[in-house]
Amino acid sequence: MQLTNRSEVVVNKVMTFKERLYFPAIISGLIITMKHLFKKRATVKYPEEIRPVAPIYRGLHVLKRDEQGRENCTACGLCAVACPAEAITMTAAERKKGEENLYREEKYAAVYEINMLRCIFCGLCEEACPKEAIFLTDRILPSGLNRANFIFGKDKLVEGVSNDARIDISKRTNAHRTD
Amino acid sequence: MEFIIVKFVLVVVVFLVSLGIAAYSTYAERKIAAFLQDRVGPDRAGPFGLLQPVADGVKMFMKEEIIPTHADKGLFILGPSIMMMTACMTGVVIPWGSTLIINGTEYPVQITDLNIGILYIFGVVSIGVYGIMIGGWASNNKYSLMGAIRASSQMISYELAMGMAIIALVMTTGTLSIGEIVKQQQGMHWNVFVQPLGFVLFIVCAFAECNRTPFDLPECETELVGGYHTEYSSMKLGFYLFAEYINMFISSAIIASLYFGGYNFPFIDQLGLPHNVLTLLGTLIFFGKVFFFIFFFMWVRWTLPRFRYDQLMHVGWRVMIPLALFNILLTAVIVLWQNGQFN
Amino acid sequence: MLNQNLPFMILATLSVFSALMVVLSRKPVHSVLYLIFCFFTIGGHYLLLNAQFLFAVHIIVYAGAIMVLFLFTLMFINLNKELEPHKSNLVKAAATIVAGTLLLVMVSTVTDTGNIFPTQVSQNEVGTVAVLGKKLYGDYVLPFELTSILLLAAMVGAVMIGKKNTES
Repeated sequence: MQLTNRSEVVVNKVMTFKERLYFPAIISGLIITMKHLFKKRATVKYPEEIRPVAPIYRGLHVLKRDEQGRENCTACGLCAVACPAEAITMTAAERKKGEENLYREEKYAAVYEINMLRCIFCGLCEEACPKEAIFLTDRILPSGLNRANFIFGKDKLVEGVSNDARIDISKRTNAHRTD
Repeated sequence: MEFIIVKFVLVVVVFLVSLGIAAYSTYAERKIAAFLQDRVGPDRAGPFGLLQPVADGVKMFMKEEIIPTHADKGLFILGPSIMMMTACMTGVVIPWGSTLIINGTEYPVQITDLNIGILYIFGVVSIGVYGIMIGGWASNNKYSLMGAIRASSQMISYELAMGMAIIALVMTTGTLSIGEIVKQQQGMHWNVFVQPLGFVLFIVCAFAECNRTPFDLPECETELVGGYHTEYSSMKLGFYLFAEYINMFISSAIIASLYFGGYNFPFIDQLGLPHNVLTLLGTLIFFGKVFFFIFFFMWVRWTLPRFRYDQLMHVGWRVMIPLALFNILLTAVIVLWQNGQFN
Repeated sequence: MLNQNLPFMILATLSVFSALMVVLSRKPVHSVLYLIFCFFTIGGHYLLLNAQFLFAVHIIVYAGAIMVLFLFTLMFINLNKELEPHKSNLVKAAATIVAGTLLLVMVSTVTDTGNIFPTQVSQNEVGTVAVLGKKLYGDYVLPFELTSILLLAAMVGAVMIGKKNTES
C-alpha cells in the first residue's frame, strides 16, 4: 500500500560521474542552507511572547464563585466520578450559620484536591459539574521540583473574591455555544 | 630595544585577537547554526546574547576538575596544553597587514616572516596531533583511545594531501615565506585563480585538519560518546574545544593569505591614500576575508553530514592525494612552459 | 665562552637528558614522548647552525609523522609489565656489544672533529632553502635521485605487502 507519494524504491545504482564529483551536490546543499538563513525564525521567545491559544484550550482548573463571592461548589462528587484519571478528591462539610456569604448552598467542599500529575486535562469534570463550579482555563500548569506541590488544594484552585482576582472563563464558555 | 617592544606588542595583540575571535567564534557558531535552522540561538546573556562566550568561560572555570584514577596524570594535563600551545603558535607567521610607518621607520604587521613560513605551519600542525593522541591515551578509556586514534590517522592522512597542495602553490610562487607569497598577490593577482584545484584540495584538507564537519569523526558525539576528550572536564575540556576554534581562525587566515591575497584588495594602488591608511584598510579587508572563511566553515558544518570512516580514508588516500599529485604535475608543466623550457 | 654557548649548552643538556630518559623510562609511551622531545632539541641544534629548512623538515618528518606512527602502534599493542618479553642473556650480551661498538664509533667521530663547541652561531647559508635546493639538485643530484628511487621502491614494496592476496 502506498501511503505517500514521497516514497522511493531503494536501488543500488552505480553513481554517475557527475554524482561522484560530490561538489555539485555539496553546492546545492549549501544553497539550501543559505536560503534558510533568510527565512522567518520559527522561534517564539516564550516569556516575552506568548503563542495565542485556542479559545477552547484546557489548562489549569478554577473553582468559580458566584457574583456575590460565594463558592459554587457543593461537593456533590460528580466531577470526581467523571474523572477518568481519578485525580479529584474532596471532603464535604455542612455550612454553619453565618457562613452564607462564603458558600452558596448548604453543603460545601471542605477539602477539594486535584492531583495535577494525574490530571489529563480532558475537561470531563467541567462537563459533569451541575453547579458551574469547576472550569478549565487558559492558564498553564507551572512546573515544579516536588511531587507534593502538584496536589492543588482549594488555596490554589478557588478564585479570589475581589473583582480583579476573578478568573475570566468567558472565552471558553462562549466557544462552546452553538447559537 | 625598540624592535623587541614592537614585536612584543604585536605578539600580545595577535594572541589576544586570536583568543577573542576564537571565543566569539563559539558564539557565532551557535548563532549561525540557529539561523540556518530557522531558530534564534543564544540571546539571553547580554544584548543579542553577546555575553554568551563570557558565560561559557565562567561555566568552564567553575566546573569540577576531574582526573580519572587510572589516568596518566602528567600526560592527561599535557594533552590539552599541547593542543592550546600549537593552536596559538601558528599565528606567528601570518602577515596580518602590510607595513606601518611610524616616525620614519617601517614596521611589518607580521610577527616574523620566516623564510620557511609554510613549513613552520606544517611543523606546528603536525605537533598538534600529539595533543589529541596523548590526551586520548592518558585518559585510559576505550572511547578516548578510539577517538584519539581516529583523529591522528585522519590528521596524518590529510596532512599529506595538504602538503602536496601547498607544493604546487610553492612551485608557482617560488618562495616558502608567507609574507612574500602575499606580496606577490598584489591587487587582484590572487593565487586562487592560478591554483583553483590546489585551493579546493587545501580547503578540504583544512576542514579535516581542524576536525570540522564533515570530518568531525574524532569527536563524533553520536558514535564515540565524545571522542578523545570523553574523560575531560572543566577548563581542560575547554582548552580542547577552544583550540579547535583557534585552529579554525588560523586556518581561515592561512587560506585567506595563501589563496585570497591576504591584505591585498583590488585597486589598492588607484586609491591614492597614505601608506598607513592603506595598511589599516588592508588589515580590515584581511579580517573580512578571514571572517568569511570562518563563516564558510560553519556554513558547511550545518549543511553536510559526517563521513563514514572508510569513506574518509578513501577520500584522503585515493582521491585527494592522486588529485594533489596531478595538480603538482600540471603546475610543473605549466611553469616550465611559461619559462620557455619547451621551446 | 660559556655565555656565548648558553643556548647550545641548554639544548645539549636537554637532548642528552631526554635521550637518556628514552632508555630509562618504564612506560613505552613515555619513552616515545621523550624521543619526540629529543627530536625537538636536535631541531634546536639545527636552528643554531642556521639550517632552518632542515629544522622544519626534521620536525615535520620525524616528530610529526614517524613518531606519530610509533605512538600509534604502542597505543594499539598496549605494552605493560605482564606482557614484557624477557630476553635471554645471549641476546642481552649481543645488544650490549653492538651498542658499545656504536658508542665507540661515535666517540671516535666526535674526538676527530676537534672543536665540539661552535664558537659562534653559524652565519653560513648552507641550511637555507635556496642554497640547499641548489646543492641537492646541482652537486648531489645523483645521490638525491638514487635516494628517491630507493624510497619509491620501498613504497611499492609496502603497497605490495599491504595488498590483499587475492590468489589464495
